[in-house]
Amino acid sequence: MSFSVTSPSVPVKWISGFLVAAYAVITLIPLIWIIATGFKSGEDSIHYPPKVLFEPTLEGYVNLFTTRTLIPSDAPEIDASQLEWYEQVVHEQGEMIAGPSRYGERFLNSTVIGFGSTALCMLLGTMAAYAFSRFKVPLKEDLLFFILSTRMMPPIAVAIPIFLMYKNLGLNDTYLGMIILYTAVNLSLSVWLLKGFIDEIPVEYEEAALIDGYTRLQAFIKVVLPQAITGIASTAIFCLIFAWNEYAFAVLLTSGNAQTAPPFIPTIIGVSGRDWPAVAAGATLFLVPVMLFTVLLRKHLLRGITFGAVRK
Amino acid sequence: MKIKTVIKSMFAVIILGCSTQIAKAEDLTLCWASWDPANALVELSKDFERESGHNMSFEFVPWPNFADRLLNELNSGGDLCDLMIGDSQWIGGAAENGYYVKLNDFFEKEGIDMADFIPATVTGYSEWPKGTPNYWALPAFGDVVGWTYRKDWFERPEIRSEYRQKYGRELGIPKTLEELKDIAQFFQGREIDGKTVYGAAIYTERGSEGVTMGVTNVLYNYGFEYGDPNNPYELEGFVNSSGAVEGLEFYKELYDTATPPGSSNWYMSENIDAYKSGQVALQMNFAFIWPGVEADPNVGGGRSGYFPNPAGPYGHFAQLGGQGISVVAASKKQDAALEYIKWFAQKSVQDKWWNAGGYSALRAVVEDPGFVSSQPYAKTFLDSMAIVKDFWAEPAYADLLLPMQERVHNYVIAGEGSAKGALDGLVKDWIEVFEDEGKL
Amino acid sequence: MIERSMERLAEKTPNGVARYAGGLSDKKLAWLFVAPSILLLLAINIFPLIWTIYLSFTNYRVNRPNRDVDWIGLRNYERILNDTDIWQTMQATAHFLISTIVLQVLLGFALAFLINKKFRGNDVLTTLIVIPMMLSPAVVGNFWTFLYQPQIGLFNYVVGFLSGVDPSAFSMIGDVSLAPWAIVIVDTWMWTPFVMLICLAGLRSIPNSIYEAAECDRASSWRQFWTITIPMVLPFLMLAVLFRGIENFKMFDLVVQLTGGGPGSLTTLSSIDLKREAFEKWKTGYSSAYAVILFVTVFGLASVYVKALNKVKDR
Repeated sequence: MSFSVTSPSVPVKWISGFLVAAYAVITLIPLIWIIATGFKSGEDSIHYPPKVLFEPTLEGYVNLFTTRTLIPSDAPEIDASQLEWYEQVVHEQGEMIAGPSRYGERFLNSTVIGFGSTALCMLLGTMAAYAFSRFKVPLKEDLLFFILSTRMMPPIAVAIPIFLMYKNLGLNDTYLGMIILYTAVNLSLSVWLLKGFIDEIPVEYEEAALIDGYTRLQAFIKVVLPQAITGIASTAIFCLIFAWNEYAFAVLLTSGNAQTAPPFIPTIIGVSGRDWPAVAAGATLFLVPVMLFTVLLRKHLLRGITFGAVRK
Repeated sequence: MKIKTVIKSMFAVIILGCSTQIAKAEDLTLCWASWDPANALVELSKDFERESGHNMSFEFVPWPNFADRLLNELNSGGDLCDLMIGDSQWIGGAAENGYYVKLNDFFEKEGIDMADFIPATVTGYSEWPKGTPNYWALPAFGDVVGWTYRKDWFERPEIRSEYRQKYGRELGIPKTLEELKDIAQFFQGREIDGKTVYGAAIYTERGSEGVTMGVTNVLYNYGFEYGDPNNPYELEGFVNSSGAVEGLEFYKELYDTATPPGSSNWYMSENIDAYKSGQVALQMNFAFIWPGVEADPNVGGGRSGYFPNPAGPYGHFAQLGGQGISVVAASKKQDAALEYIKWFAQKSVQDKWWNAGGYSALRAVVEDPGFVSSQPYAKTFLDSMAIVKDFWAEPAYADLLLPMQERVHNYVIAGEGSAKGALDGLVKDWIEVFEDEGKL
Repeated sequence: MIERSMERLAEKTPNGVARYAGGLSDKKLAWLFVAPSILLLLAINIFPLIWTIYLSFTNYRVNRPNRDVDWIGLRNYERILNDTDIWQTMQATAHFLISTIVLQVLLGFALAFLINKKFRGNDVLTTLIVIPMMLSPAVVGNFWTFLYQPQIGLFNYVVGFLSGVDPSAFSMIGDVSLAPWAIVIVDTWMWTPFVMLICLAGLRSIPNSIYEAAECDRASSWRQFWTITIPMVLPFLMLAVLFRGIENFKMFDLVVQLTGGGPGSLTTLSSIDLKREAFEKWKTGYSSAYAVILFVTVFGLASVYVKALNKVKDR
């Protein structure tokens, strides 16, 4: 039997397909378990041994968005049928709603900081990338390497002076502080990626525009930007995902007002003990957007994760 | 004369009028740990909102991140929190660095007397330096490490008779730590209702303060001292006394022989999970969990019992938990924050606090004749509060805690070196800290 | 579609705005475009770096605002380099780095190799496999502690089901011998797709003509693998290793959520240790020196490696 690398035989394809599919199933089990746990009751979630089949409930999601307390011993009886559905869910656990939880705010913080830093990063990154791609910038290679090298520093080490600087400027735990920081961290990615995308746009288009009487800036805005739009969009999603997932800076530099979801989700706690369904519900709502973006981005993934070093 | 009084009273009216205008509705943020009592406080604070017109919001941080996050907040000079229910050990640093507002004048003005609170809580939560009448907090939540056990299992005749045969005594609340270990070992690996169960869930957490808050309950009772009682920073021979070594070895044996597999990084919530899911017969935990245990559908309603930390050969103590409520110096709304403390200190509020699952430190509440019978765990709480001892509350508290976490965890959980070696190392680390601080 | 509407948007941009800066020479425009980015990086990266270096020679502590700051020369560095605990964390970091890289390279390459057999549906499976690496390590790591619980977690039951071991008999996070591997497993789960994607690009970059020529020479597929596939993919693999190496040297979020550095200090990686010194003990001067040492290490290792990578590429 002869093997051909360029055109694999049918059994080889079948075996490969089976092995890869098996890996995919195994690798997705933890994610499926997160999503499933979000729909378990507190009791089922810490069932010993773990339960694969269970009766789904929205307890986790209700708990995620509420702060609850045990019904005090001196509280009057409540007619459960008078309550809203989510109040009933809480009531069945022997608890009552004391107020909303902070999850919604943290999610909003993540959104504001994520989109804010991405927008700023795209603005600065596109400009710098265009300049690096088209103009003779002195020390170009050094500057580009410098930009890349900022990404190599361990965040905890960078955070020490940033913490002190922000403390003096009053930027700790503010949107502005986090947006500036994430912009700076993402800049290396956006400059390198966008430079790659802009390099691929033929210079001839701009030259034609310049001959037509456009200025450089007009040519940049009217000719290059529209051409680079898919590149910009996918770079933006990468920056957004990074800011969305970032944990180390967030845990050290924010405590409440501007705290994002990643440092918050692991700290979700229910009435007496870990509330794993609520943690899982919070994680699910936080992770699903990224899963969708990953599917959207699949064509540009490789480029994004290697800072444009590998292009398909 | 009359004119003067008229003018005076006019002045008074004007000033009053102004001050009521100034006392506008504020948005106050209270920071605390994220746990049951905090949720109960949210509910309780609705009364304050109604009475004062201020708006309360809350920032709760779970225990493993609590010190980390909120000390970070204090050190960064942030004004996220107006009111802080900070841990007892922070008081030294917060007082010396001016992070909290000193409350003596306020207490005097409002007629709040520290003698009205359980003495251990005043020393533990309010005073710095310890033993002096300088108050930085109002005792807010009394807490102490105690034990919860499966009363329903303890009452089963077949289990009782087997235990009697094995140890020659009745299965019941242990009087000594040795007895506790016997009971835990007895349950370890036992089959109950078709499931393998284990002895005890104890504190082993590495990242914050868990294993220290657990091991001290044993160390104290085996003769560990934080220093020479007559010479406070003299550690050698007190921290690593032969009794302390024995105590540390005891804790390791308990961990090795009588705890669920995988309980290597457990603190309050993991212990609760293990207990509620029916994995263990006993759990070590702070008293705050007891209202939740009582209300639990699986282990509550009389199926659980409570007892204070048992005595050891050389003493009888329990690790103090709990917190006082302070006003953050960086807050711009200190007056409204003080109003909250004033409201919270009232007897009627403290009564409600206890009913909602908050452990009041007000003597009028806990010394009420009806208190002991008000909840199954009320007496255990009082007995435990009588034997409390706390970790260092020095400004260098974190520097002292982290080496203890490391030394103890390395020995007890990772099994590195010996108990003597761990405590000798701890003495060395602590001496270094105190030298750095200029106290040695 | 999007491109069309962008073009329309661009056409509508008032010419005045563009013309205002339009008179600038290319050189000026280049500076105008590069300067904001460079300034931001100077403010957020270089200035703090210089400050860190300065602080590393002092005994400054954030949580002692009332204490004088003294210049203490190289004492912080001496203390760090003489501290056996720090060498232990370096060892833990090295163990983590090397094992994750080896596992991810082997698994990632194998997967890429299989996917490159171009069976039907390979692109869908590729996308599915990639998902874990895009997720927040802190959130996912936190959930893995739940999966690793011997009594209530899924991991031990799956392993028990497959191997027949009693699920409660071992604890991934608690056992001294297993904990270092517990973090390696989760990191490998997350990041194998990364190596896989890069290897796949490498495999697909090899022109078919080379294999066809080899087949004409009747070279065995085993020989083709070692003489064509591996050398051609090697630069890609080395790039993947560089990225994973730097990322895992910085590792903090995933491991801190998984083990908190325990049991004992077995999984205390450099970043976790540094965080304790800097943000729990608040030894700012000391931890600045620590940070400088980490910078030097990562830059040193990376630049040596990049040189090697360039050599392989040039060959």
